[in-house]
Amino acid sequence: MPVTQTVPAAARMFLSGNDAVARAVWEAGTRVAAAYPGTPSTEILEVLSRYPDLHTEWSVNEKVSMEVALGASMVGARAFCAMKHVGLNVASDALMTMTVTGTEGGLVIAVADDVGMSSSQNEQDSRYWGRFAHVPVLEPADSHEAYAMTLAAFELSERLKSPVILRLTTRICHVKGVVQTGERIEIEPAGFVKDPRHWVMVPGNAKPRLPSMFVREAAARAEAEISPLNFQVDGSDRRIGFVASGPTFMHVREAFPDAPVFKLGLSCPPPLESLRRFAGTVDSVLVVEETEPLLETEMKAAGIACHGKDVLPRIGELAPDVLEPAVRRLRGEVVPEPEHVPAQQVFPRPPTMCVACPHLGVYYTLSQMRNVIISGDIGCYTLGAGHPWNALDSCISMGASMGTALGMDKGRGKVDENKKVVAVIGDSTFMHMGMQGLLDITWNRGNVTVLLLDNRAVGMTGGQDNPGTGRDIHGEETPRVDFAKLCEALGVKSERIRVVDPYELPVLFKALREETKIEEPSVIITNRPCVLIDHYQPAKSYTVIEDRCTGCGNCVEVGCPAIHVTRRDKAVKASGKEVDLSFVRIETSACTGCGLCVQPCAPEAIVHADPVQSVQSVQFVRK
Amino acid sequence: MSQITNILVCGVGGQGVMTATEILAEAAISLAFDVKKTEVAGMSQRGGVVTSHLRFGRVVLSPQIVPGEADLLIGFESAEALRWSHMLKPGGVALVNSGRIVPPVVNLGLFDYPEDPVAKMRALGLTVHAFDATTIATDLGNIRLGNTVMLGACADHLPFPAQVLRDAVLARFGTRKPHLVEANRQAFEAGRQAVGGDALAA
Ligand code: SF4
Ligand code: SF4
Repeated sequence: MPVTQTVPAAARMFLSGNDAVARAVWEAGTRVAAAYPGTPSTEILEVLSRYPDLHTEWSVNEKVSMEVALGASMVGARAFCAMKHVGLNVASDALMTMTVTGTEGGLVIAVADDVGMSSSQNEQDSRYWGRFAHVPVLEPADSHEAYAMTLAAFELSERLKSPVILRLTTRICHVKGVVQTGERIEIEPAGFVKDPRHWVMVPGNAKPRLPSMFVREAAARAEAEISPLNFQVDGSDRRIGFVASGPTFMHVREAFPDAPVFKLGLSCPPPLESLRRFAGTVDSVLVVEETEPLLETEMKAAGIACHGKDVLPRIGELAPDVLEPAVRRLRGEVVPEPEHVPAQQVFPRPPTMCVACPHLGVYYTLSQMRNVIISGDIGCYTLGAGHPWNALDSCISMGASMGTALGMDKGRGKVDENKKVVAVIGDSTFMHMGMQGLLDITWNRGNVTVLLLDNRAVGMTGGQDNPGTGRDIHGEETPRVDFAKLCEALGVKSERIRVVDPYELPVLFKALREETKIEEPSVIITNRPCVLIDHYQPAKSYTVIEDRCTGCGNCVEVGCPAIHVTRRDKAVKASGKEVDLSFVRIETSACTGCGLCVQPCAPEAIVHADPVQSVQSVQFVRK
Repeated sequence: MSQITNILVCGVGGQGVMTATEILAEAAISLAFDVKKTEVAGMSQRGGVVTSHLRFGRVVLSPQIVPGEADLLIGFESAEALRWSHMLKPGGVALVNSGRIVPPVVNLGLFDYPEDPVAKMRALGLTVHAFDATTIATDLGNIRLGNTVMLGACADHLPFPAQVLRDAVLARFGTRKPHLVEANRQAFEAGRQAVGGDALAA
């Protein structure tokens, strides 16, 4: 199905930082844009894919997306790739050579740091990559700047023949503001110039190119000193002069409207001479940066006295409510108690898996198994670590469940001898970085059972496509990966590969028990789609017959958010043991009839909402 | 910075908190205000906590509302309204859907749902207008009208005429789902009347 490619005309638009970057990438005449979805950067490519006149794609991982962008740049086209902070770790191998070759067509890398960790496994400061790779870093402070700096980044990239990092944070990506947009320019690529000394990075060619990085860095430094992206806001209260980059600039202006501020837009390499002059005009300098004391260290090394992380937190966002008390303390003032009502303690509301999510059955089953160590991965199925399943023992990074599981298997001592090692991974994650780990498991004869949860989507980021869905970013058909064959090609014996329906709990349980018993690599592939994608077909919903419900609570353990406890009670068993009872109700309007909760319900209290239809009784083996 | 209006909208992932804030933003933009809007933390799409900050005025810098500075708190769920009470400024107003969304951790008996969140907010000295937006929406035929009911309820608490917000609501549905315009008009009015507002002329 071809997408409708209508582009809103140049206007005053209300855009998120991600929308604004996408708009500017398109306006800049970019021909190729690639990414792997990752919060908070995902929407950039989603929005771009709706624009005409450029190739957009989901790549299997961030390194590939960067390579695709570099290839386009080599032939003279403007190119773009986007990723979240942890994605740049994956892509760093390409980046560290790309910085030696340099670029032809303007190449911009948008990196979104999850400051405050809304949905990531770590909080890292990607500005370090700019220093590490000797490439310029631009840091917008809101949507309007994200738009303008993206355009500036392409020009800077072409001037310096260098990739340019556009550093975003969650508070840029997902904040909406008013942006004045323009029209697309068309740029005809100059064409590929065969020049092995430039593009073939064998030592003999790479060594003579290394100095170019430092020549470029010097040029960027000179540019930073005079760039309009770095500017000073004057203020009458000269007790503290602030140095800020990214969204912290807005927070500083908000909290201290009368203070002078030096704002860094082109922050790497930093304009140290301008900063030195600025420091000379105020009593003391406070560097406000998220998250690492990077500028602070650089300024101190240049002999510019300043405060920074001695008064501000090293983690999380530096919003006005954090800044204000810290600065007051620095000024030696007493911080008054707030006048408003204090924060109230209310139960936590962690994210949960969706109603009828095919992963529910997998984690319910895993939670019923004893003596397993479960190595987890990144995706919706990471939520299996939460209640009620508590069924993950580790989660490190994309695709790491495989290698971690192998290490657990090989490294375990006597105490863990009888345990089964299970690795859980999703379809997209498997192709992103998991395949190599599985290859390592088969090659090194690991005793690991892999649960490959194929829900035909990148679920966590909103159901994007991947090579396992048979569709590309535009929803158009492409070849579809056959996971069973792929696993076989990676060395798993065909009889050790099973495809099971995750809604059939007894079958799933049996498959897991059998495969974990056998001492060789095995793969169990589950085959139901994510409930958020178009291909999911809801069935007739269920309801609970109150009189039959014994309050055993087994269905609650499945973890479906459509099941609600209406009443709690206690009962004393014949053995004298006291048990908790939970009587339930199913939110019929939410239930999609997957039938999962029906299976562990021994008294058959859960029936189709339509009373005529009776439920098939399914025996569920409980350990 | 008193010329800036701060509105905090809170609720649970999937309730339409973001859409409602977006419509409020569109209304403010139509009046040529500078507007910023941000969501705060949490994996909001998966039933987690959602808060959306909306700030508008002549020039808006930071997108975030500082605790104790919200003029208006719009709570789509009663426990969430209680959770974010500290964001209200002294003298601010809370508009709360008294409906409840009980999360799995409460179902599992790990935590308790607060007895009467609205009463607790009032006991803290806050001005609270509470009404059952979920039931009003369901009675109008579609639980999804709940966010329009909430918007209707806040229409008389904004620094611009209620008409402007209603136009923004209807404009959105007018282009995306024309068959829902009438239902949304009714939902908007029902929300206004639930907090004692008069009917607007059609
Ligand atoms: S988005 Fe899809 S994969 Fe994720 S929890 Fe919901 S149903 Fe499951
Ligand atoms: S059948 Fe049970 S588990 Fe499946 S969606 Fe309905 S309530 Fe949830």
